Amino acid sequence: MAETSREAILGRLRAAADPAPPDRGAAAPDFPSGRYLPSERLPRLRRCMEAVRTEFVEATEEGWPSAVRDFLVAQGARRVAYGPSGPDGPAFAAAFRPGAPPELVPYDRPVEEMKTALFTDIDAGFTSARGGIAETGTLVLWPSPAEPRLLSLVPPMHVALLRAATIRETFGETLKVENWAAGMPANALLISGPSKTADIEQTLAYGVHGPKRLVVVLV
Amino acid sequence: MTAGRPEAVYFFGTCVVDLFFPEAGLAGIELLEREGVRVVYPRGQTCCAQPAFNCGHHGEARAVARAQMALFPRPLPVVVPSGSCAGMMKHHYPDLFAGTPDEASAAAFASRVHELTQFLVGVLGVSLTDRGEKTAVTWHSSCHGLREMGLEKEPKALLAQLSNVTVVPLERERECCGFGGTFSVRYPDISAAMVADKAADVAGTRAPTVLSADAACLLNIGGALSASGAAVRPRHLADFLWERTRER
Amino acid sequence: MSAEGAPDFHASSSKALRDAPLRANFRRAMDGLMAKRAAQFPDPAEWAALRARAAAVRARSLAKLPELLEALEAKCVSNGLKVHWAATTGEANATVLSILRAHGATRLVKGKSMVSEEMHLNDFLEANGVESVESDLGEYIIQLDGETPSHIIMPAIHKNRQQIARLFGRKIRDAVYSEEVDALTATARRVLRQKFFEAQAGLSGVNFAVAETGTLCLVENEGNGRMSTHVPPVHIALMGLEKVVERLEDVPPLLTVLTRSATGQPISTYFNMITAPRGPGEKDGPREIHLVILDNGRSRIFADGELRATLRCIRCGACMNHCPVYTRVGGHAYQAIYPGPIGKILTPQVEGLARRHDLPHASSLCHACTEVCPVEIPITRLLVRLRAESARSSAGSSVLDAGGGRSRLEDLAWAGWRAAHASPALYRMMTRLVRLASPFVPSRFGPMKAWTNVRSKPRPARRTLHELVKEKGLGDG
Repeated sequence: MAETSREAILGRLRAAADPAPPDRGAAAPDFPSGRYLPSERLPRLRRCMEAVRTEFVEATEEGWPSAVRDFLVAQGARRVAYGPSGPDGPAFAAAFRPGAPPELVPYDRPVEEMKTALFTDIDAGFTSARGGIAETGTLVLWPSPAEPRLLSLVPPMHVALLRAATIRETFGETLKVENWAAGMPANALLISGPSKTADIEQTLAYGVHGPKRLVVVLV
Repeated sequence: MTAGRPEAVYFFGTCVVDLFFPEAGLAGIELLEREGVRVVYPRGQTCCAQPAFNCGHHGEARAVARAQMALFPRPLPVVVPSGSCAGMMKHHYPDLFAGTPDEASAAAFASRVHELTQFLVGVLGVSLTDRGEKTAVTWHSSCHGLREMGLEKEPKALLAQLSNVTVVPLERERECCGFGGTFSVRYPDISAAMVADKAADVAGTRAPTVLSADAACLLNIGGALSASGAAVRPRHLADFLWERTRER
Repeated sequence: MSAEGAPDFHASSSKALRDAPLRANFRRAMDGLMAKRAAQFPDPAEWAALRARAAAVRARSLAKLPELLEALEAKCVSNGLKVHWAATTGEANATVLSILRAHGATRLVKGKSMVSEEMHLNDFLEANGVESVESDLGEYIIQLDGETPSHIIMPAIHKNRQQIARLFGRKIRDAVYSEEVDALTATARRVLRQKFFEAQAGLSGVNFAVAETGTLCLVENEGNGRMSTHVPPVHIALMGLEKVVERLEDVPPLLTVLTRSATGQPISTYFNMITAPRGPGEKDGPREIHLVILDNGRSRIFADGELRATLRCIRCGACMNHCPVYTRVGGHAYQAIYPGPIGKILTPQVEGLARRHDLPHASSLCHACTEVCPVEIPITRLLVRLRAESARSSAGSSVLDAGGGRSRLEDLAWAGWRAAHASPALYRMMTRLVRLASPFVPSRFGPMKAWTNVRSKPRPARRTLHELVKEKGLGDG
């Protein structure tokens, strides 16, 4: 049955296909490039993200793990999930002392074993960000075996480490310069703020299903 | 740069102007003649065929369109005091006749069509002197004129030249008045709701006159204003401009 | 003149016009959406360039449609997805059910998908013992109330917070009554979080499917799409066959005009790009991803070179936000999956002109929709085209039920109109007749009544322009 449908559908489409129109816009460049000076990228990203309630914590390459820990302590976070074999996992973990809150929960087992904890018992998830996009105020995440997807989705707070030097101008630039087409990960994400909706009387409300809070740690 | 002033133009009055706003047609002709342009008015003209075209009766539309084009054979500009009729001739005659033996002549005809205000401003570069008393008007932009002919700057530029006229903007200037030709008869309730809102908007400006460059909109809005007892007079822009600027 | 049992837009729109709160709600909502969109496109030259680029991307996708669909399928399969083709919504429903049955799944959580509305999927699944819960807040609200969406982006736009508060009070256990938006949102979050946790399968739509990489792209703000596609072990993605794009680099130009046109945002909160199920070493993500490609009349639309532009649509909703008719009657009056201008060209082509010939006529052809369409669909032109298809004989037309709105009376009327306007002599006679008879035409009867309900009877001028010009002695040729 399905085979027949496939052939029927494709057959109808092929029968009707015209010669392709002139490829107008086929090579249309992402535009306009060079819109933001490198020095403008971070301020623009920050402005766009703060406009939708993203929080920022400024830190240095050496000091960010403690800065994050201090922030989480101040928020009263009790249990924080992270990816221990992620690129920034070990440095992150090193800032925490066993026995002192918050407790670090490594997300290093299949979700089937972690689901209940993630949904009910974890206050924040920590991930690195692969990069950022200045034009729209966006974090780029490529979840991986080391930093699973649900870290940035299920806990009510998502803490993301972003290095300013990885911020590019536009999504188009990011795709092209980093040659995403050569190999997409199973999942790639653009995250531009905490979860929100305007479905009730077009009034903005935050924290619908995704994290209520997005905290960007800037290095 | 424009091609320079033509020595003569054709005038296509439109059926709504012919029947309901003939003074607007005459005013348009006077405005052109005052600029030193000779106006030719083929007597056999009737209708641009937009009503049949919009309703999907394209065979009938072609018959009437062909009859019109035959009346304007010389390579003169065809000036039309209506954004929708000008739009019909300029943008839809080529479509109507695509793939027919009249394709080339329809395209050639279409290229000669101008809406009146655009012709006055863009080709003739008119300069107006206001000879009337202080007054206020409000302007309805007419959808086809606005969106098919890009008619926005020119009417406002002409009104701006009238020193004693204040233009009070509508709250929803660009919203359709609800006429839409046979739409007003096929969907009278929706059309009525739209024109009621437009009439209320017009009345709300407190201007004594509502202007448009499209007589069909005026018929519609004017009808609603009169039924509601509002003391606002609907006038075609050409008629208003001529009255304000002609020598007494 | 409609087919038996066909939806009657005349009746439903007139009814909606009498609903003052509905009109007020929609007016306010549309004004807000129009303003937000306008703020995103302040520069006319940039807007023109953006939409030209987006239109070109979509036109290229459609020009290569069969080739791209095959490439998409091949790439998805090699990435580990299973791809299914459904000619009809019935087949699509059966496919979804068989996937669920194969996994023993009776609890499904759904992200927003207009294709699933075309399928009436929820009703079908419920009838087959599967709980299918909408997780998009707007969709969740209307599902609770047993309604259909009234707008393609904001499904519950017709409801105010009091109505939603009362609905939650009636339908949600342990809900604390509140009319505050934040409280209502928190209630929905609590309920749906449990559903995400328990779901055995998740279902989503697809905004763009990239043939080059086999990537399914999803636009959302709430996070329910990611929840539905990352948490359960099975993910089913539904797409209309027109949603494929050729290359990854085609996505940014479409994404930017979509979010700006739909909700006035430079980008949505989340942009989710799914290329494969849970890979080796990955801790989460679905173990199986199924892509269902649906036709449901699209290949027929594709067959007509002009009407094919209907398929460029990226479902932004800008057309209906700007439509003076939609604003006044709301989405439900259309009694169709897709309301507003896009609905008026899509629905008749999918359901046939016999059933839906009234829709293309339900427009004053004001072009407001055409002006804001980010992929340059010539909506007004297609409305006129469909009117022509409705009035003609069906011979040689690929449109479903062409001629379905044909009326002998109308044919006669237009033949009469033609006669009166193709002949100068007959025209002169007609105008004389109109002038003479006008005072005697009763204003409260027949077609005149439609006009005079809110307008004074139009009065022809005493002399026509033809007569004035003749008097003036103007040259004839």
